[in-house]
Amino acid sequence: MTQSPGVVSSPAPEPQSRSVRSLLSSFEVDTRLLGMIGALAVIWVFFNIVSGGSFITPRNLYNLSVQSASVAIMATGMVLIIVSRNIDLSVGSMLGFLGYTMVMIQAVWIPSALGFEQPYTWIIALAAGIALGALIGGFQGVLVAYGGIPAFIVTLGGLLVWRGLIFRYAQGQTISPLDTTFRMLGGGPEASLGATGSWIIGGLMCVGIVYTLIAGRQRRRRYEFPVRPMWAEAAIGIVGCLAVLVAVWVANAYPWPEQLARDYAAAHGIAWPEGGLVIPVGIAYPVLIMIGVGLVVTYMATRRRFGRYVYAIGGNPDAAELGGINVRRTITGTFVLMGILCAVSAAVQTARLNAAVTNLGVSIELDVISAAVIGGTSFSGGIGTIPGAILGAVVMQSLRSGMLLLNVDSPTQDIVVGSVLVIAVGFDAFLHRRSAR
Amino acid sequence: MTTSSTPTDAPLPAPGAAPLVEMRGIRVAFGGVHAVEDVTVTLNAGEVVGLVGGNGAGKSTLIRTLSGAHPADSGQILIDGQPVTISNPRDAKALGIETIYQTLALADNIDAAGNVFLGRELRSRMGSLDAAAMESATRKVMGRLNPRFKNFKTSVKSLSGGQRQSVAIARAIHFNARILIMDEPTAALGPAETAQVRELVAQLKAEGLGIFLISHDIHDVFDLADRITVMLQGRLVGTVDKEQVTQDEVLAMIIMGKHPGEVTQKDIAALH
Repeated sequence: MTQSPGVVSSPAPEPQSRSVRSLLSSFEVDTRLLGMIGALAVIWVFFNIVSGGSFITPRNLYNLSVQSASVAIMATGMVLIIVSRNIDLSVGSMLGFLGYTMVMIQAVWIPSALGFEQPYTWIIALAAGIALGALIGGFQGVLVAYGGIPAFIVTLGGLLVWRGLIFRYAQGQTISPLDTTFRMLGGGPEASLGATGSWIIGGLMCVGIVYTLIAGRQRRRRYEFPVRPMWAEAAIGIVGCLAVLVAVWVANAYPWPEQLARDYAAAHGIAWPEGGLVIPVGIAYPVLIMIGVGLVVTYMATRRRFGRYVYAIGGNPDAAELGGINVRRTITGTFVLMGILCAVSAAVQTARLNAAVTNLGVSIELDVISAAVIGGTSFSGGIGTIPGAILGAVVMQSLRSGMLLLNVDSPTQDIVVGSVLVIAVGFDAFLHRRSAR
Repeated sequence: MTTSSTPTDAPLPAPGAAPLVEMRGIRVAFGGVHAVEDVTVTLNAGEVVGLVGGNGAGKSTLIRTLSGAHPADSGQILIDGQPVTISNPRDAKALGIETIYQTLALADNIDAAGNVFLGRELRSRMGSLDAAAMESATRKVMGRLNPRFKNFKTSVKSLSGGQRQSVAIARAIHFNARILIMDEPTAALGPAETAQVRELVAQLKAEGLGIFLISHDIHDVFDLADRITVMLQGRLVGTVDKEQVTQDEVLAMIIMGKHPGEVTQKDIAALH
């Protein structure tokens, strides 16, 4: 174990008693998160074997990433809601309502006033959706925080009201098509970064990982705090960067479908080569959005007062109040954030469908809550992480997409997903009890 | 808080010699129950006032009006002779009033530094939490209170009762309080830790803080307090100078509501 001079290191484990546990403790990483990554690996390998090698393929993983994105985006907000001892059952209906509104703006209102395919259409639709999401979320938050109505009731009402409103003003119609630029939010070969862009993003993320590690270490040394051993720091950096680069490599290994590539070649005057034109798809825009949302919400949760207060309220509401925290404003804030994330997710989903349908987002609240809970968010409050919830969303989606690949029917899918949810939380509670004693 | 000109028999402070804290005619009612009824107490800088009384005497409720946890229904609070409004804990803290609650009021899922700075987080220029600066300050103040404390990385849930108490005390003294409220500060502590708290109280008093000490332990109060205020069923029995009373006389005040002059030999015998 290397120790930097002049730095008090955490007590070194006895060489003979160095167990896996003490090894992990010198990494100071979330063992729960590692467990989830392990579980995800098991699921992937299982489906890959059973499906005869068609699960772990660039194409399937690309689709998995796109399908996970919209649930993962909302799950990050749901973590903060549940951590502060509330719940939001209305996210599915909000998603439907906001999606419908955004599509109306770009497919009906702006075109009828100003014409189709205006350059700013997509941004107006998106901004209006986000603003409306913040407003609706804030309204529900105010009812919970200032009105003293339990969140379960407020958002159960919201679930009915927002869905009812869609039917009222859509009258069962499916609205389509969407603005071309807006549709880029939904992913697909043309709405992805491509090889170069993906490598650039991957490179930036690696730089970010290394910078965060170095800055954190320097900061702790400046205050003469114990720091991780150098080898652990290096290992975390290498593993993190490798994971990013492998993900980029996989995304780039998925080429454009041939027909699309032929159209592209024809449109750009490229002669069709002998072996076919290979254009790497790269990271999909919705996945990029999910990564961005994940980073921003993680930052808010762990490095801003807002997040600190959310966790303090969840840990001990009385202590939070006595500590001078404005509990009501903080709770309202979590619902505003949830509304905004519903709008972002609604944009991704409608863009992917290239339409707004009246049942958009029906019962997606259950997936979102499940993702947060599988990711380690505790209903007793105060506990939960954003990366955990994103992984939870990927686990949920992996189960569903794997079973779809095996032609498992939808009722059986529900039975499996429901059982996994209960088993995961039960197993977690069991481990928690054991480690507490 | 609504203020009313409740007439009190408290002597008006001489100009320039206003007590650090004066709570005048404080009333608090829960529903129809008068938890605190027309209570007036004072606290001077560099003084410890023991607040005693049986269960339900209203000590904690009275003090919660000063800490902002539950504003009074009527009455007046003066700091340095100036009337102030304390409607929430933020107001109290802004006035230099810090409280160590009997429940400690810690967020169990957050680490020591997070609890010490709860609601008053240090931030970098970008507005993000400055975790390292907070940990550094917490290490300093904990070094003074409990030098053996090492658990800066874990949530306070995993700490012992004494360590948790240290965190709660650290939070109260770190922000240069002028007025400290300690609600049963030694109730959960072992003998060694209790001695530490007593030492701390003496030290803070010497630094010129005014301290309200709520305790059911009459020995604690006699050891630490300069004056003793006794409450019974929400009312003030009286405030006495520790030097001029015996423990039996204070017990008679707590149990019977009798002033030292009114206590008979028979009462004393009944106490034992």
